[in-house]
Amino acid sequence: MIKAREIKKSFLVSIWFMFLTFPIMVIRVNPIEKIVEWRWKNMLVVGIGSFLLSFVWRYMLKKKEAGEKRAETGESGKTFLIQRILEERRFYIPLVTGLTIIAVAFPFIFSMYQTSIMTTALMYIVLGLGLNIVVGLAGLLDLGYVAFYAVGAYSYALLNHHFGLGFWSVLPIGAVLGFIFGVLLGFPVLRLRGDYLAIVTLGFGEIIRLVLENWNEFSFGPSGIANIDRPGFFGIQFSLQAASIYLYFLMIGLVIFTIIVVNRLQNSRIGRAWIALREDETACQAMGIDKTRTKLRAFALGATWAGMVGVIFAAKTTFINPASFTFLESAMILSIVVLGGMGSILGVIIGALILILLPEYLRAFSDYRMLLFGAIMVIMMVFRPQGIIANIRRTYKFNE
Amino acid sequence: MEYFLELILGGLTRGSIYALIALGYTMVYGIIELINFAHGEIYMIGAFTALIFTSVLTLLGFNEIAVIVLASLAAVIYSSAYGYTVEKIAYKPLRHASRLSPLIGAIGMSIFLQNYVLLAQTSDFLPFPNLIPEFEFIKPYRHIISSAEIVILITTSTAMILLTFLIKFTRTGKAMRATAQDRNMAMLVGVNVNRVISITFVIGSALAALGGVLIASHVGQINFYIGFVAGIKAFTAAVLGGIGSIPGAVLGALVLGLTESFATGYVSSDYEDVFAFGLLVLILIFKPAGILGRVRHQKI
Amino acid sequence: MKCSFSKQLISLALVILCGFFLISCGESEKTSDASHKSAETIKLGVAGAHSGDLASYGVPSVRAAELVVRDINAKGGILGRKVELLIEDDVCKPEIATNTATKLVTEGVDIVLGHICSGATKAALGIYKDSKIIIMSPSCTNPALTQSGDYPNFFRTIASDDTQASLEVDFAIDVLKVRKIAVLHDKGDYGKGLAEFAKKYLEASDKAEVVLYEGVTPGAVDYSAVVQKTKYSGAEAVIFGGYHPEASKIISQMRKKGMETVFISDDGVKDNTFIKVAGEYAEGVYATGPIDTSNNPMAIAAIEAHKNTYGSEPGAFFLNAYSASLCLLNAIQKAGSTDYDAVSKALRTEYVDTPLGKISFDERGDAIGVGFCMYQVQNGVYVEVK
Repeated sequence: MIKAREIKKSFLVSIWFMFLTFPIMVIRVNPIEKIVEWRWKNMLVVGIGSFLLSFVWRYMLKKKEAGEKRAETGESGKTFLIQRILEERRFYIPLVTGLTIIAVAFPFIFSMYQTSIMTTALMYIVLGLGLNIVVGLAGLLDLGYVAFYAVGAYSYALLNHHFGLGFWSVLPIGAVLGFIFGVLLGFPVLRLRGDYLAIVTLGFGEIIRLVLENWNEFSFGPSGIANIDRPGFFGIQFSLQAASIYLYFLMIGLVIFTIIVVNRLQNSRIGRAWIALREDETACQAMGIDKTRTKLRAFALGATWAGMVGVIFAAKTTFINPASFTFLESAMILSIVVLGGMGSILGVIIGALILILLPEYLRAFSDYRMLLFGAIMVIMMVFRPQGIIANIRRTYKFNE
Repeated sequence: MEYFLELILGGLTRGSIYALIALGYTMVYGIIELINFAHGEIYMIGAFTALIFTSVLTLLGFNEIAVIVLASLAAVIYSSAYGYTVEKIAYKPLRHASRLSPLIGAIGMSIFLQNYVLLAQTSDFLPFPNLIPEFEFIKPYRHIISSAEIVILITTSTAMILLTFLIKFTRTGKAMRATAQDRNMAMLVGVNVNRVISITFVIGSALAALGGVLIASHVGQINFYIGFVAGIKAFTAAVLGGIGSIPGAVLGALVLGLTESFATGYVSSDYEDVFAFGLLVLILIFKPAGILGRVRHQKI
Repeated sequence: MKCSFSKQLISLALVILCGFFLISCGESEKTSDASHKSAETIKLGVAGAHSGDLASYGVPSVRAAELVVRDINAKGGILGRKVELLIEDDVCKPEIATNTATKLVTEGVDIVLGHICSGATKAALGIYKDSKIIIMSPSCTNPALTQSGDYPNFFRTIASDDTQASLEVDFAIDVLKVRKIAVLHDKGDYGKGLAEFAKKYLEASDKAEVVLYEGVTPGAVDYSAVVQKTKYSGAEAVIFGGYHPEASKIISQMRKKGMETVFISDDGVKDNTFIKVAGEYAEGVYATGPIDTSNNPMAIAAIEAHKNTYGSEPGAFFLNAYSASLCLLNAIQKAGSTDYDAVSKALRTEYVDTPLGKISFDERGDAIGVGFCMYQVQNGVYVEVK
C-alpha cells in the first residue's frame, strides 16, 4: 500500500502548490486599467506539474540519502568517472591531447560568436579559479570579489584613455593593483569570521562600485569609458575576427597558466596552510601558522587574478561602466566555485562552462532562462551540495 | 531644528522597515546559521499579494476597511506559506551539508522567485493603492510627519513587542531559543527541531510581508525587483546589530536608517550607501560581532 | 569492474564526440544557410532588452520592426528581396551586448535596429563598426554617441540629451521664471548625463542658480531625506533626470509633505505609466518629450496596426523604432544594395516620410526634424505647452 500513500502525498503537495501559486499565477491585476484577469488554466498546469514533479523529487531525495548512507558506512561508493580518468595515466594523456586539439581547433571550426562566448567562459574560469583560492582553499567567504575585477578593468580603461598605454603593459599593472587592493581591503577585515567577513566584503564591493558611479572626474561616472583598445601584438592591431581569435588564445594561455599556478599552490606550504586554516583555525594557530598573514596571502592572490581578468574584460568589450560590477556578478562567480565543487580545479572549470554557456544557449527560451537558471542552481545544491566534482582530499595510506 | 527632527523621523521610518525584514534574517541565522538571500523576495511577494488582493476585493465591492484588513492578512499568510515552502524545498535537504551550499541555493531561489513574479505578473512598476488613510489630526503637522510614517512606526513597535513576548515567554519561544543555542541538545530534550525551524521561517516571512505592505503603500509603487535592495540593506542591518540577536537586528536597522537619513541630509545622497556600508565596516572592525552580538569563544 | 569502467569510458567518449559533432553540424548548417539565403533576403537585426527588468523599453521596438517588415514583405520586399528579422536580446548589459552583436554579425546581418540602452550600444558599436554595419537606435540619447565622431556607422531617431536639458533649463528660466533650482538625478547613465547638462546650462546663465545637485539611489526604500533636503534648499523648481519609477516616488513624497515645488523632467518620465503610477500627484508635472505627432496620419496608422496585431497600446519608443525601421529599409532601397557606403549616403541625403514626420540624418547621425517640446500633466494627460 506504499503506492497509495505516495499518491496521497503527491496529491497533497499539488494542492499546496495550487494554493501557493494562486494569487501570483492565476490572478493578474492591472491596477492602472482596473482590470483583473483570471487564468485558471495556470492553476491546472501547476497542479499537474507539481503532482508529477513531487514523485521525481522524492525519488531523487531517496537516492541521495541512500548514497549518503553508503558513504557513511564506509563502503567506498563509486568515485567519479572523471576522477578515475585523471588517476590513470593511460586515459589521462589521450584525453589531454584530445582536449588540446579541440581547444586549438575551436576558433577555426566555429563562428566568431561561438569563439566570443567561449572567451567569456574562459574568463570566468580564471575568475572562478582565483576566487577558489579565497573561498575553496582558505575558506574565506568573499561576496565582493567583483571589486577587484572592477579595479583591473578600470585600471586598463583609465590608463589607456589618459596615457594610451597598451594592453600588455597594463596587464601586469592590473594584476599588481588587484594585489594591492586585496591587501588594503583584506587587512582590516580579516580578523572577522565567516559571515561577518561575507557582509563586509559585500560592502566593500558596493563601495567601490558606488565610488566609480559617483566620482565623475575620476571614472567618468555611469556613462563609462568607451573605445578601449583591443589587445595588440607588438604594435599590430588586428581586424575584429582576428582579434577575437587572438583573445581566445590569450585566454587559453591564461587558463593554463592559472591552472598550473593554482595546482602548484595547492600542494605547497601555503596551500596546505590554507586548507588547514579552513578546517580549524585554532588548531592551525597552535601549529604555528601566522593566521593573518596566511589569510591575507589568499585574499591578495585571489584579487590578483581578478585584476588580471578585469584588464582582459575591458579589452574584450572595449567599453566598461560601473553597471557591469554589481553584487550579482560576485554571486555568479561564487556560484561557479560552489556549483563546480569547492577546492576542485576541474570542478570550477566545469562550473564556469555551465553557468556562463547555459544562459547563452538558453537564449531560445529567452524569457524563461533566468527562471531556469535559478531553478537549476537550487536543484543542483539540493542534490549535489558538494558540487559537480567533489574535491578529493589527498589521503596517505600506510601499507605494510 | 525642524530639519533635524524630520531627518530623524524619516530615518526611523526607513529603519523600521529594515527592522521588519532584518528580523527574518537574524532569526533564521540564529537557528540554522544560514544567510537566507531569498528573504527579500518573500517581502516582495508579500507586497504583490497585497496588491492583487486589494484589486480583487475592491472589484468585488468590499468596503475600504475590510479590503485593508483582508489584503494585509492575505499578504502575511501567503508570505508565510512561501517562506515555509522555500525552507522545505531548498534548505531542509541541506541540513548537514557545508555552510556554503544552502547559501548558493538561496541565491538561486532568489533569482527564481524574482523571475517567477516577473513572468507571472509583469516587469512594469505597478501603482500600489494607499492603504493607510490620512488622519485628520495629523494634517497641520504633515510637513513634519505623515500618517503613513506614524502607522509604520506604531505597527513596527507593536510587532517587536509581540515578537519579544513570543520568544521570551511562550513554549515555542523557549524551543526556538533552545534550538538556536544547540540544535542537537534541543533535539535530545524533545524539541521538534524541524517544526521550530519551520515556525521561525513562518514568523520571519510574516514580518517581512508586513514590511512589504507598509512600505509599498507608503511609496505607492512596486515591481518584482524591490526585494533585492531592501533585502541587502536589511541583511546589513542584521549584521550591524549582531546577527542572531533580535534586539540587535532592530537596533542595527534603526542605526542604519538614521545613518542613511543623516548622510543624505547633511552630506549628499550620492554617497548614501557608501556611508551605510562604511559604518558597517567601521563597527565590525572595532566590534567584530556587531553592536549587540557576542563573540562566541571556541572551545577546543 | 575494469570492464565496466572501460565501457563507461567509451560511452563517455562517444557522447562527447556526438555532442561535438552535433554542434558543429548545426553550426555549419547555419553558416551554409546564411550564405545561401543572403542572396535572397535582407537581414534586419533587432537588438535590445527583450527580457528582464528593462524589457518594457525594448519590446516595442521588436514589434515596430515586425509591423514594418510585415507591410514591406506584403508589398514584395525591397529590391525584390524579402526582409528577414534577426531578433537578439542584450538585457541592456554591455558585456552581453558584445556577444549579441557578435552573434548578429556572424549570422550575416545587413543592418541593425538598436540597441536600446546607451551603455550596451557603446559596447556593441565597436563590433558593428569593424564589420561595416550600420545601426540605428530608436532610444539612445547619450550625446557622445553622435558628437564624439567615433561612430560614423551610428544613427538615431531620437534627439540627444543636451537638447532636452537646454529645453528644460530655458523653460524653467524664461517661462516659469524660477530663480532657485534643484537638480536631481538617478545616478544612471541617462539620468546623470542629462542632469549634468542641465547643471552646466544653469551655471552658464546668470538668471538662476543651482541650489542643490544630488543623485538618488534607484530602488531605495524611500526618498524622504532627499525630499526634505530639497525643501530646505529653498528650491522653487526641481529638474529631475531619470526614469518614471523614481520620479513618481519623489513627486508623491514631495506632494504628501505639502510641497508645491515645480517638477520638470525628461522623456523617461513623459510616459503614461508615470501618470498612472503617480496618480493625483502627477498633476502639473512638466516633462520634455518628442514633438507631438499624434496627428500624423502615419503615426495613427502605426498605432492602430499595433493595437490590431498585439491587442494593446504600443510602449515606449514605438514610433521612433517604427521610423527607424522605415528609414533603414528605405535607405537600402534607394542605395540599391546593402553596401555600407551607399546606404549611409542614402540615409544622409534622402528624406523619408515617417510617423515622426519627414526626417533625414545629418553628418553625425542625428535625425533632422526630430526634436523635443515641453508637456504638462493636465487632468491626467500630457498636454503640449505652447
